[in-house]
Amino acid sequence: MARSMCWHCQSAVTGEYFCERCVKVQPVSKETDYFTCLGFPRRLMLDSKQLEAKFYEMSRTFHPDFYQTKSPAEQTISLGNAAVLNTAYRTLRDPIQRAEYLLGLETGSVKDIRTSPPADLFEEILELQDTLEEYRASERDSQEGRALRATLETEQRALEQRKQDLEAQLQRLFTEWDQLQDRGEATSQARADRDRLLKQMRDLLSNRTYITSIVNDLATTIA
Amino acid sequence: MTRIVGIDLGTTNSLVAYMKDGQPCVVPDRNGRAMVPSVVALTDNGLIVGDSAKEHLTRNPERTVYSVKRFMGKGLTDVQSELAYFPYQLTETGGVIRIRLGEKTYSPPQISAMVLKELKRRAEAYLGESITKAVITVPAYFNDSQRQATKDAGLIAGLEVLRIINEPTAASLAYGLQKHTQGTIAVYDFGGGTFDISILKLKDGIFEVLATNGDTHLGGDDLDRLLVDLFIGQIQEQHGIDLSGYPDHMQIVRLEAERAKIRLSDDLKTKITIELPNDKGHFTRELTREQLESLAIPVIERTLAPCRMALKDAGLTPKDIDEVVLVGGSTRMPLVRHRVEALFGKAPHCHLNPDEVVALGAAVQADILGGGTTDMLLLDVTPLSLGIETMGGVMSSLIRRNTTIPASAKELFTTYVDGQTGVDIHILQGERELVKDNRSLARFRLKVPPLPAGVPRIEVTFLIDANGILNVTATDMRTGQSQSIEVKPSYGLSDTEVERMIEDSFKFAADDVNARKLIEARLDAEALLKTTNKSLTEAGHLIAAGEAEGIRNALSQLTTAKDAADPRTIRARMADLEQAAKHLNVVMLDDSLRKSLQGKKVTEVT
Repeated sequence: MARSMCWHCQSAVTGEYFCERCVKVQPVSKETDYFTCLGFPRRLMLDSKQLEAKFYEMSRTFHPDFYQTKSPAEQTISLGNAAVLNTAYRTLRDPIQRAEYLLGLETGSVKDIRTSPPADLFEEILELQDTLEEYRASERDSQEGRALRATLETEQRALEQRKQDLEAQLQRLFTEWDQLQDRGEATSQARADRDRLLKQMRDLLSNRTYITSIVNDLATTIA
Repeated sequence: MTRIVGIDLGTTNSLVAYMKDGQPCVVPDRNGRAMVPSVVALTDNGLIVGDSAKEHLTRNPERTVYSVKRFMGKGLTDVQSELAYFPYQLTETGGVIRIRLGEKTYSPPQISAMVLKELKRRAEAYLGESITKAVITVPAYFNDSQRQATKDAGLIAGLEVLRIINEPTAASLAYGLQKHTQGTIAVYDFGGGTFDISILKLKDGIFEVLATNGDTHLGGDDLDRLLVDLFIGQIQEQHGIDLSGYPDHMQIVRLEAERAKIRLSDDLKTKITIELPNDKGHFTRELTREQLESLAIPVIERTLAPCRMALKDAGLTPKDIDEVVLVGGSTRMPLVRHRVEALFGKAPHCHLNPDEVVALGAAVQADILGGGTTDMLLLDVTPLSLGIETMGGVMSSLIRRNTTIPASAKELFTTYVDGQTGVDIHILQGERELVKDNRSLARFRLKVPPLPAGVPRIEVTFLIDANGILNVTATDMRTGQSQSIEVKPSYGLSDTEVERMIEDSFKFAADDVNARKLIEARLDAEALLKTTNKSLTEAGHLIAAGEAEGIRNALSQLTTAKDAADPRTIRARMADLEQAAKHLNVVMLDDSLRKSLQGKKVTEVT
């Protein structure tokens, strides 16, 4: 992850985080992705224990606490590296954020993950929005209010179930992705599989995000 | 390597600790006490701090400052509701509270600096070396302005603050060092003025904070106030006296309330006695623990919501917590212990001294920074979300709460109008949607080269360092040049103001030293007067009448000198008295020796 030339002694850096000649810490390059930063391959099924162990190990390498007696330049580098490391770990620790990040790396864009509602849910969600409005306007303790609340609660359970289904589907895609990467084939079939998986994951992640926000909205309204 | 001390700058009391052979120890005073009351009083002879200042709370309430931590990093409107409780006068200049003491006003960091200087002086006297570097603790839920104010206080006190560390996490370091625990712990820190809860994972020397929450305006002070309100209501009823018109008696009531509360942690009932003004006698009543608890319940309940929130943010339930650690004087209350036990479903750990554990942890952190302790590492989080104001008065979050620090976020800014030369940026901290509901931290203007709209690309980096303090830098993406940013804090001292205060503090240091010397001289003089008077009463008949007259003369001279303002005169008169009483002391010694030998055989004494 180190740059090719030491900022301090200008010699070629061969060590991982430190210049082998002058033993100065090296800044993490801006181009380094979070997988590389933590020393993991671009896979979606990562072992959380291994990830944590690596994070702790690297924190011991980069944390500003251990640079208090070093030069200001080294302190600045340690601060920047620790911040990158923390962001990398936070992103990769969560399977969903990890997948969204990987999509961004592979397709060059993360923005279109959160877009339109899932096509097959469109009608249902429009209806749900109406019920929510009615409930907000109703007397909570009236018969109507209670009936609306019951409908919303049923709907909430259904959506939560749907979210779980989506996550199970995503899980299968994650495994499939990792297997495809492990095979490392350069065939046209492999390329087609890759594109299909990326698209499927993007759609599912987008649906999941959408459903999550609706479930949260529902939960706060009827809480 | 110069020594780095750890300082717990508390609402009620402060302590300083250091590392000795791998173990943290607190620094005691001459009488073995480690706690310095966080009280500053202006006397006719200058400013005094600590125990002697605490005596002025009732004698001189308008000029005695306590609980100043509540005002750190705040404006006057933030504390409007509690102004009536403080006998000293508060004003505001430049978004910062100022405390009037006589002719001058002081910012909360200046007052805190006086407490810090007292701790510094104490550590220097005890360790016999100059102390210039420190780690200072703050409540975990302190925002950026409050942390910055604490750092300013250190600077003004002549200390390089190497790290601002959170109190509950400091406590966890002291706890972890002693217990070598692995697993998930909750630190429940309920002090004089603030409440914090932190959930940590301890593994192989790494202390990873998973979530933190709290209330920087909730503490033992609030319980004292409830008792004060109860007592003054009854005094009004029974004696027809409105004590709120008597600041000195209000302080007597407050201190009695605090003492009664403390006694009720051990006793089931206690007697309250309050002297009334104008020789109207005394107010007395009995207070039971049950009565105190019924008043305290709502306050203690307020600590539970942050606990649940922290658990939720950590993605844990109470049964995931392996150990609950109690910190802060207020956790001595049995009711607090019961409520904490009920919430987490296990008895809390309270074998560490809750008053000292934070300072001890600060000393451990100081040792980590100094390179002494290398196997422990604290990974803390930022307690509040950081964001910027966007269109329509909405806050856009850049760094979420409970993100491990150091943490950074980058945001790209451009222009909307051709030739626009600046972009105004407003930085906020808080969890609410709207700007107006969050804490304004600072504003700054980003300089942009005059170009067609949308062409400039300035990348701003918001970096929260390991102190939980924000640093902002900007880079022009087109040229790669970085620009310095002058951030104007919304509720803080400007750099130039802090510099001026540092200068002032050196200027007044001479006065402060004089005030301290005077207090010490008076205390010593009092002790000497007492013992000499005693000797004269007991053994005056053994010396010549003229000699006794000489001693009495020296006694009265010292009594007069003691009330004047010159420590050197006091010391001189003390020397005179010691000289005059020298023979008396010899005679007394002989006499007592003779008495003890009477009736004994020679063989027994040889």
